[in-house]
Amino acid sequence: MSLLFHSRTLLPGAVLTLLFTAAALISLVWVPYDTTVVDIANRMKPPSWLHPFGTDQFGRDILSMIMVGARTSIAVALVAVGIGMAVGVPLGLAAAARKGGLMDEIIMRANDLVFAFPSLLIAVMITAVFGASALNAIIAIGIFNIPVFARLTRGAALSLWNREYILAARVAGKGSARISLEHILPNVANLLIVQGTIQFSLGILAEAGLSYVGLGAQPPTASWGRMLADSQTMISLAPHLALFPGLAILLTVLGLNLLGDGLRDSLDPKLRRART
Amino acid sequence: MLQYFLKRLLSLGLSLVAASVVIFLALEVVPGDPASYMLGLNAQEDTLAALRQELGLGGSLFERYATWAGGLLVGDFGTSYTYRTPVAGMIADRLWVSLPLALYALVLSTLIAFPAGIWAASRRGSHADGAVMGVTQLGIAIPNFWFAMLMVLVFAINLRWFSAGGFPGWDAGFFVALKALTLPAIALALPQASILTRVMRSSLLDTLGEDFIRTARAKGLSKGQALWRHAVRNALIPVLTILGLQFSFLLAGAIIIENVFFLPGLGRLVFQSISARDLIVVESVVMLLVFAVIVVNFTVDMAYAWVDPRLRRRR
Repeated sequence: MSLLFHSRTLLPGAVLTLLFTAAALISLVWVPYDTTVVDIANRMKPPSWLHPFGTDQFGRDILSMIMVGARTSIAVALVAVGIGMAVGVPLGLAAAARKGGLMDEIIMRANDLVFAFPSLLIAVMITAVFGASALNAIIAIGIFNIPVFARLTRGAALSLWNREYILAARVAGKGSARISLEHILPNVANLLIVQGTIQFSLGILAEAGLSYVGLGAQPPTASWGRMLADSQTMISLAPHLALFPGLAILLTVLGLNLLGDGLRDSLDPKLRRART
Repeated sequence: MLQYFLKRLLSLGLSLVAASVVIFLALEVVPGDPASYMLGLNAQEDTLAALRQELGLGGSLFERYATWAGGLLVGDFGTSYTYRTPVAGMIADRLWVSLPLALYALVLSTLIAFPAGIWAASRRGSHADGAVMGVTQLGIAIPNFWFAMLMVLVFAINLRWFSAGGFPGWDAGFFVALKALTLPAIALALPQASILTRVMRSSLLDTLGEDFIRTARAKGLSKGQALWRHAVRNALIPVLTILGLQFSFLLAGAIIIENVFFLPGLGRLVFQSISARDLIVVESVVMLLVFAVIVVNFTVDMAYAWVDPRLRRRR
């Protein structure tokens, strides 16, 4: 618990992140209004007690839409980070275990190649081939995450391989796969958690961007990016349509970034010593 | 230096070949035949065969790749399935919007980030530093297309200083065209400027802690003189690397921002082509952007090695 007060950014970051995670989870069992029901009589109503964030062009409650949209954003970004870690971390560990070997060379060159494709371009290609969907957005952002985690893991693991306790483990007869799992991985875990938070926030931004241009979640799935796209032509009539989904993205991403910064300050002993 | 250059040049070439193979194969798996799509349902078999030949769709997988890649080398991107015009020409027209937009954003980002980063670093721990860090934290978190929409609402719809979208073309006059690109460029630059400010600040803080700064101060230079004469120049190296990387992000990011402002750039072209299933255009634009990313990264690497000889040996 004292961890929370080590850094000025950790607490606000954690609160914002929890807030949006809670909104997403609650939306699974309850939302103030059904987001699939059209209520034309109440369309484009400004914020009021009944609808704190107002209603959209179909009379749907914007607060409810944002809660359901949080689910889409978080699910897409979380799975995309999962893909990046599940593929990238083992690749990074393998590359570091055989530094300078053929395996290392192949993995790092393949990484460089993927790095040349911004996630947006991967999404464009996937959409051109398979059509637009939330799943394809996940794959696009996930592929983009792989080299990020592979490079990070390799870099951190390389510095660990020269340590004496690794030498001791080797002398004890452990193979490089076992050393990677038992000694390297636990020591790079902190770094991975911090990077995971940052990639999570980038994933939310990417999902919003892809949905905004129509390459992500398709209707009737509520998503923050789509809400913004739909609101664009009505922005002069009803600015609240654009205001709240945008704020939701901003605050979620800000929360995750603050959380990531805070975790890095708290988990990295070197930085902690430097600050005190 | 020459050896390093040649080694990197070889790796540049291999990356380009690998990228083109990936892009080619990705779009090869798409079901459907562009020739029958272009000619409609009632096309004769021999007409179809002739058109396939003309589009370079005949032959084995390898032959088709060779035709496509060979064309790319001489600037022939093939013929659009929907518009029946050369893709190279379509891309060139759109590039005149996207490229200036990305450059404009890059300039804005630099103009904001350099002074802001230096200012924050020279007043480390002050309220000014805190404010700069807070604003950049927001700048990184804000979705830039949303920021673009808000700017349209304020500066185009309410204040009427700018038009809400569209592009008059460079023929309408340099400043008229530049004005149309101003809001998009600001939106595009905002997150990059925020990142760059933070990089500039932390790089400068690192440099200010170095021994040579203490030496400079000891020989009688004021704080400001030491900062400007010695620290800033040395802090620039990591900043330039990030700047190079950002250019590719700006080009790709322009795809989304162009949609907010209805700019006839590469982004709009890509989305129109996706909905028209004009895959050869998608293929070509993606290839062009990836080419730009790879070449810019190569150039940054070379500039970096030229400035700092230690890096040549490290790799």
